[in-house]
Amino acid sequence: MATPLELEPAAPPHTAPAGVGPAPPKRVSLPLLFVTLCAALVLSIVCGAGMGASGLSWGQVLRFLWAGLTGGSLAHDEVSAYTIVWELRFPRAVLAAVVGAGLSAIGVAVQAMVRNALADPFVLGISSGAAVGANAVLLFGAFGALGLWALSTAAFLSALLAMALVYAIARTADGLTPLRLVLTGTAMYYGFSAVTTFMVFAAERGEAARSAMMWLLGSLGGASWASVPIAAGAVLVGLAHLTVSARRLNALAMGDETAAALGVDAGRLRKELFLVCAAVTGAVVAVSGAIGFVGLMVPHAARMLVGADHRRLLAVAPLAGAVLLIWVDILSRVVLAPVELPVGVLTAVIGVPCFVLLMRRRSYTFGGA
Amino acid sequence: MRVDIDALTVEVAGARLVREVTLRAGSGQVVGLVGPNGSGKSTLLRCVYRALRPSAGTVRLGGEDLHSLSAREGARRLAALPQEVVAEFDFTVHEVVAMGRLPHQRSVARTTDEDRKACEAALVRVGSGHLSDRGFLTLSGGEKQRVLIARALAQQPSVLVLDEPTNHLDIAQQLEVLALVRGSGLTVLTALHDLNLAALHCDLLYVIDSGRIVASGAPHDVLTPELLAEVFGVRAHRVPHPESGAVQLLFDRLPPTQPAS
Repeated sequence: MATPLELEPAAPPHTAPAGVGPAPPKRVSLPLLFVTLCAALVLSIVCGAGMGASGLSWGQVLRFLWAGLTGGSLAHDEVSAYTIVWELRFPRAVLAAVVGAGLSAIGVAVQAMVRNALADPFVLGISSGAAVGANAVLLFGAFGALGLWALSTAAFLSALLAMALVYAIARTADGLTPLRLVLTGTAMYYGFSAVTTFMVFAAERGEAARSAMMWLLGSLGGASWASVPIAAGAVLVGLAHLTVSARRLNALAMGDETAAALGVDAGRLRKELFLVCAAVTGAVVAVSGAIGFVGLMVPHAARMLVGADHRRLLAVAPLAGAVLLIWVDILSRVVLAPVELPVGVLTAVIGVPCFVLLMRRRSYTFGGA
Repeated sequence: MRVDIDALTVEVAGARLVREVTLRAGSGQVVGLVGPNGSGKSTLLRCVYRALRPSAGTVRLGGEDLHSLSAREGARRLAALPQEVVAEFDFTVHEVVAMGRLPHQRSVARTTDEDRKACEAALVRVGSGHLSDRGFLTLSGGEKQRVLIARALAQQPSVLVLDEPTNHLDIAQQLEVLALVRGSGLTVLTALHDLNLAALHCDLLYVIDSGRIVASGAPHDVLTPELLAEVFGVRAHRVPHPESGAVQLLFDRLPPTQPAS
């Protein structure tokens, strides 16, 4: 077990006698953290609406947001600026929050479901399935009749198809076993990725290949109010289910046998989780593409802060993920403006240092003693 | 609470792992299940703590059919320490013990004072109150096992099922764990590898071989050289424990001229 315990100061005298063992991990107060994160979320959404290439004052931005929320009136010459704030940036910030929260919550759930600290929402192969549908639209104009909805509809439908396929293949007489799920998901991931890559290769239009690439790396560039409700609905329903299941998730994390002994049907719970995770992943990926890193790292970062208990984890991880993704998206818009960076590049650029700092700050075992 | 297992059969992929096992454990008795590797001990126990559904037969707790109870109701009467060692997530000790309250809690309800008291009492009872804030993964094998017993006690069951609870423990820890189990006052059903420990700590032994119960009774009556030769393929000498007088065994290999079958 690799724990940097030697680097930590000696245990305070009231916790454990010296030499008995490592100091208990210090954890952040949950209510304080929760309130802080909620405040940060609201502030971040406002920042998301305020920051961008066109120089608007914060006063204007707040006034526009207020007008949008309450239905107030505006001067005629402010309409175009209002449109930027209310129709483009604000829904984009909200969508970033929804996607960040969704990916983080699903990351937590998938890691418990397959009992693997390396798992993320994409390990089930759902996202790469969604990519096949999305790229069929982007590259070949499939589902053209659906117009604006073509992309997310195609992505979501192919995500569901991928889910059915993974489920059918991974299922055995014993139900869904963690290892089979991971292996099947990973195999399907490569299969779907090959299809996508071939489609990009076969497509003639260069610009389409670029947008396909953008989609694969994840982007919130297509955000509008139309894309918010379904994704937000899926994430909220998923989050509600996971929160209600938090204690069962704890039991499942300790093993199927232990779960059974605690009165939890591990097989049934895993099926529920698979459906929830797949549906939420599909809905989120349909509007944002496959944004990596968030779903893997935010759960670990949250665990370092509040421990492994899923009741605490599911209160913190979605909020942290939401805040992270809003800021990542802001940066992706302003760093090289007017060029927009793929979000996936920046999630890694910001996430990795944060993560390394957190990891060095305390003894955290990434599973596996 | 008494445990009655009747004609329990487990068939997996055409193989009969457990064949018509009948077993009785009286209220408060410590009943040991011994047998060679692969004899079906774990499979039988898994049916009792409901990780596996038997193909035929019944398990009754206090006269009530286990499978007529909901999983939660079952877990309020029966707690188990399975053999699996899963160490993916770094729960603290008190979080692990708190999981024992799961069958008593509604999914959205907050942790009650009763829950907290039950956990604390359980942890103190196994002598691990001071470990409460430690990470479970940082504990030694013996400490882990004590914490898991505390989790089972926090469940406030009437029956405790253990699958090889002394595996990977040093001898002092083995004796300590079995003393804790014995002192719990619960009806205990435990698989044990070590026949001498089984003889010392169990009221009743069931010997299982190839999925079948081949002998049962008090350790003194069950652990005969003939049975040990037949089931375990060893030559055993019986000696009385100098203090308690319980039967203890010394082992040799069977002479090659005398095949195990």
